[in-house]
Amino acid sequence: MSTKIKTSLFNKKILLQATKDSITKLNPAIQIKNPVIFLVAIGSVLTTIIVITGIFQGNFSSFNLQICIWLWFTVLFANFAEAVAEGRGKAQADSLRKNRIETKARKLVGKQEVLTIATDLKKGDIVVCEAGDVIPSDGEVIEGIASVDESAITGESAPVIRESGGDRSAVTGGTKVISDRILIRITTEPGSTFMDRMIALVEGAKRQKTPNEIALTILLAGLSIIFLLAVVTLPAFFGYSLTASGLPQSHNLTIPVLIALLVCLIPTTIGGLLSAIGISGMDRLIQRNVIATSGRAIEAAGDVDVLLLDKTGTITLGNRMATDFIPAEGISVEELANAAQLSSLSDETPEGRSIVVLAKEKFNIRGREVQQLNATFIPFSAQTRISGVDIKTEDGILHHIRKGAADSILSFVNNNNGFYPQSIKNIVSDIARQGATPLVVAEDNRVLGVVHLKDIVKGGIKQRFAELRKMGIKTVMITGDNPLTAAAIAAEAGVDDFMAEATPEDKLRRIREEQANGHLVGMIGDGTNDAPALAQADVGLAMNTGTQAAREAGNMVDLDSNPTKLIEVVEVGKQLLITRGSLTTFSIANDVAKYFAIIPAIAVSLYAGTNPTGPLSALNIMRLGSPQSAILSAVIFNALVIIALIPLALRGVKYRPVSASKALFRNLMIYGVGGIIIPFIGIKLIDMLINL
Amino acid sequence: MTTQDVIQLLVFFALLIGLTPVLGNYMFKVFTGKKHFMMPVLGWLERLTYKFIGVKPDEETNWKSYTFGLLMFNLIGFIFVFLLQMLQAYLPMNPAHLSNVSWHSAFNTASSFVTNTNWQGYAGETTLSYLVQMIGLAVQNFVSAATGVAVLIALVRGISRKTTDKIGNFWVDLTRSTLYVLLPLSILLAIALVGQGAIQNFKHFETVQTIQGAQQVIPMGPVASQEAIKQLGTNGGGFLNANDAHPFESPTPFSNLLVMFALLIIPAALTFTYGKMVGSTRQGWAIFSAMMILLLAGLSISLYAEYSSNPIFGHLHLMEGKETRFGITNSVLFSVITTDVSCGAVNCMHDSLTPLSGMVAMINMMLGEVIFGGVGAGLYGMVIFIILTVFIAGLMVGRTPEYLGKKINAFEVKMAIIAMLAPNLVILLFAAWASASTVGLSSLNNAGPHGLSEILYAFSSAAGNNGSAFAGLNANTVFYNLTLGFGMLVGRFGVIIPVLAIAGSMAEKKITPMSGGTFRTDNSLFIVLLIGVILIVGGLTHFPALSLGPIVEHYLMNMGITF
Repeated sequence: MSTKIKTSLFNKKILLQATKDSITKLNPAIQIKNPVIFLVAIGSVLTTIIVITGIFQGNFSSFNLQICIWLWFTVLFANFAEAVAEGRGKAQADSLRKNRIETKARKLVGKQEVLTIATDLKKGDIVVCEAGDVIPSDGEVIEGIASVDESAITGESAPVIRESGGDRSAVTGGTKVISDRILIRITTEPGSTFMDRMIALVEGAKRQKTPNEIALTILLAGLSIIFLLAVVTLPAFFGYSLTASGLPQSHNLTIPVLIALLVCLIPTTIGGLLSAIGISGMDRLIQRNVIATSGRAIEAAGDVDVLLLDKTGTITLGNRMATDFIPAEGISVEELANAAQLSSLSDETPEGRSIVVLAKEKFNIRGREVQQLNATFIPFSAQTRISGVDIKTEDGILHHIRKGAADSILSFVNNNNGFYPQSIKNIVSDIARQGATPLVVAEDNRVLGVVHLKDIVKGGIKQRFAELRKMGIKTVMITGDNPLTAAAIAAEAGVDDFMAEATPEDKLRRIREEQANGHLVGMIGDGTNDAPALAQADVGLAMNTGTQAAREAGNMVDLDSNPTKLIEVVEVGKQLLITRGSLTTFSIANDVAKYFAIIPAIAVSLYAGTNPTGPLSALNIMRLGSPQSAILSAVIFNALVIIALIPLALRGVKYRPVSASKALFRNLMIYGVGGIIIPFIGIKLIDMLINL
Repeated sequence: MTTQDVIQLLVFFALLIGLTPVLGNYMFKVFTGKKHFMMPVLGWLERLTYKFIGVKPDEETNWKSYTFGLLMFNLIGFIFVFLLQMLQAYLPMNPAHLSNVSWHSAFNTASSFVTNTNWQGYAGETTLSYLVQMIGLAVQNFVSAATGVAVLIALVRGISRKTTDKIGNFWVDLTRSTLYVLLPLSILLAIALVGQGAIQNFKHFETVQTIQGAQQVIPMGPVASQEAIKQLGTNGGGFLNANDAHPFESPTPFSNLLVMFALLIIPAALTFTYGKMVGSTRQGWAIFSAMMILLLAGLSISLYAEYSSNPIFGHLHLMEGKETRFGITNSVLFSVITTDVSCGAVNCMHDSLTPLSGMVAMINMMLGEVIFGGVGAGLYGMVIFIILTVFIAGLMVGRTPEYLGKKINAFEVKMAIIAMLAPNLVILLFAAWASASTVGLSSLNNAGPHGLSEILYAFSSAAGNNGSAFAGLNANTVFYNLTLGFGMLVGRFGVIIPVLAIAGSMAEKKITPMSGGTFRTDNSLFIVLLIGVILIVGGLTHFPALSLGPIVEHYLMNMGITF
């Protein structure tokens, strides 16, 4: 499968299936899970019975039939919304399934290899995989190193390295070994592998209501009960008024009219769209290549107000870059640049390459081939902690050019009976204080100068953090650097706080502290030692390249293993909650107009005396055509608005990184004030159409 | 309206705003156990009380024990008032030799005074002895108000504390609010009222000869003291049937102003206490503002309705049912305030108000008595609306809704819904029953929509624990005594229990610190939002019934038809 599944909002297949599903969802056992729509369904059944008995008793009412039809449409539209959202998930799950091939596993029993079916593998079994084998189930590499093609789950075709020990030991069932041989210990029981869970999640099969969804359902049920009361008691008040107006009780409100009023008042819009919003929230996360283990995690992401971000990869580009050459006394800067470039020509580290590039850019010193120069490259070694070249000049003398950390070069120069000037020491400590890394360059017994290596903060990240701050989210940079360097980078990137020389234990402690102060914490991790912190964090985003332990501990997995993803996850969470709140507000605000349509319509004859219409017709501010068309228009509007809002529910309302007050004001204007005004227009238009 | 009226209104509200922080700050000290100037005066009595009822003042309890204590205390109070009335003929201090009260009226009155409603299905002076009025009703006037304050204080503790299950000690809260707040203020007010001419004695009723030569019995009694606490404690149950319209209760325009002020001051000041206790007075002022805006909106509509001309009276203002010594503005102001604060004392007959100002009074009660509301009760009712507002609108900022750092989850929403449902259940179901049954309809004095208004008003008043009445309804029947009595109990404890449950669950939560991502509950946007939710949720529930009562009556009146 390609992970960048961009299922178009509606495609024919999904729509067709959703149409079928919206009918099967009429099953009361399923329908009751949504109390608001269940109430509408009961009303529809009652109205249907009344229409049918009406036919048999010979007093068929086309008005009742129309009400009845639109009530059923209301239920079906709500079911349809849910079905479309689920259908999109199912489509993704199907494409995932296609990638699951029935594989044979080479299980190791003692020293013997036994061929078994992958699904028979139990936790703790050990299997062998060689180039060309598909890894049979989730596990951990316990021996060997191999490159693995994980495109089946990540969509990324470049192979990744998996090796025993360390932070890259997890392998996923369904991925393919491309080179070498590894031993894998299976870590999951059959049926609960990563792939299985992913399919279950996108399908929404095990979808449970999230805490906020439950709370909202209670609110909607409560509002429904209140409106139910208002409608159930209405015939009593109406009966009283009939008597007072000298009209017979037979003019009292009919059940279809009461049901119509009820359905218009209860929050059907949000009731019908609630589960679609939840499912599509999960969906949007998957489109960003993040798998959440539960909907609860997505909600928590919206609440997170402290983010622990790893410096490397998130805040800075992974590598340090040379930004300056600072020569020693008596040495020209070109000479330093030249020597530094020579020493780095064969240095394939990003730092080395950046030195070559800088020398070329600044002094137009072109890169040369090491072989042509008759030079030998001395690679970096853990013992000497320096690298460089030995080069024979035209005069035949062999020169040793070296670059490395200050103390290593100091001993190199001393060994060559050279002199290490105080000025260099000053330059070195200056650079360190700026949060950069000094690299000293020497030739034989002479110190030539210092290369300024800098951590490069990602472009636009400062802006991003400023946005996060506006949204009320505190960013904390985590780094292994010393406090001096960390402080300088933190200041440059604009994070709110940093933790220098941070160990995994420090991270865990920090998370606990923040939580004790009432914060919700999000973090990213990949290593086994990150697992406790990932488990403790409210949103723990594990990288797919990480260890199995990390992936188990977190409540989300990022298939792209992109550390910046955490920020996007927060945005998806917020967008989900905003969509829910906006549509709830819209739904409740709609009621005002519906009252002004229905109340004057039902009360048209009250206290009319000899006039054609009673005094309450004054409330008919929309000037709707007839009492019947007024009621019908309100019911039709109520049903259509569900359909009209499905795309919004699936896509989510537009999210902007602004402060809470600004977001509230904006959404309140659109969905609150708009929610009051729109139905006035909509109902009037429908009424005009009906009365054409 | 005259310039004098306008100036008087401005001075009235300015005084209210000015004194809110003063009394609010004092109550803050009282309820947080800080030193205050009344401590040396009454501290001994507080300690004596604890010793007498066997309470250790430092021992705090969880919400369940708090609720249990509160319910037991109220149950005992209920039984006591009930028995007193049933046995008053055999008891002393009954100079008028009033007979025992009927069981259903006794039930109604006991419910009424225990719940701080003070609905009176009877005429005070001709039904209840001095003993019942003093050790039964007057005591409840104090403690029912104190109960309301206790619930509020417990709720604030729940909101402002974190990770604890303790929300305070009911007996301490009860004692302190009675002793340090209600008692001193009502003594002050009683003296001021006596100074204005209100009566305070234990004399037999006096029989006098009127100018026309007829005999008239004039009731006597300890009126001023009762008047003071019935206003301050937002009780409203008058010693005399005519309530504040009677010259013995409120003799002069100045005393009228005083008692109106007394009505509002504690509920208003509690918003400040609230702000202080949650650590931000802005929060308190935001609630105060929302309440004040709703009050002024209602007042404006009422004044407009009363002052505007109608085809029946031409340009004459409707003075029927109003006292000439108060005039229209002060009668309307009183009617709006008394229904806002769940007091129920009246200085004019609400039955005679124009349909629209009658409706304002009704809506004030139907919204759940949250516009300042009963002592304590108004504010905790408002917090329920705040929780709903925060939940609905809070999502729109992209976070799980939170109020003052506390996450609002399913439990809080459930309890808030129950608290909101309880009074509405009473209003709608009982009013529907009454308007569709002969037992209900036989008590009506007026026909047409006005009759329906009378029924709606009665149950709104009971459910909102207000106690005022559209006088046209004869409520001293078995049907009304029982339904209204039951309605008052549901309207009171159906809210108190869920509120305390919310207090308990909030106390156990952590507090999320404020940040740019926090949904602000102390700015003008929130005030507008809160008002919107109150009007939409509260208003929509009752719009159908209201349209068949006061709204249609208004249109009919403009057509020249009255009932």
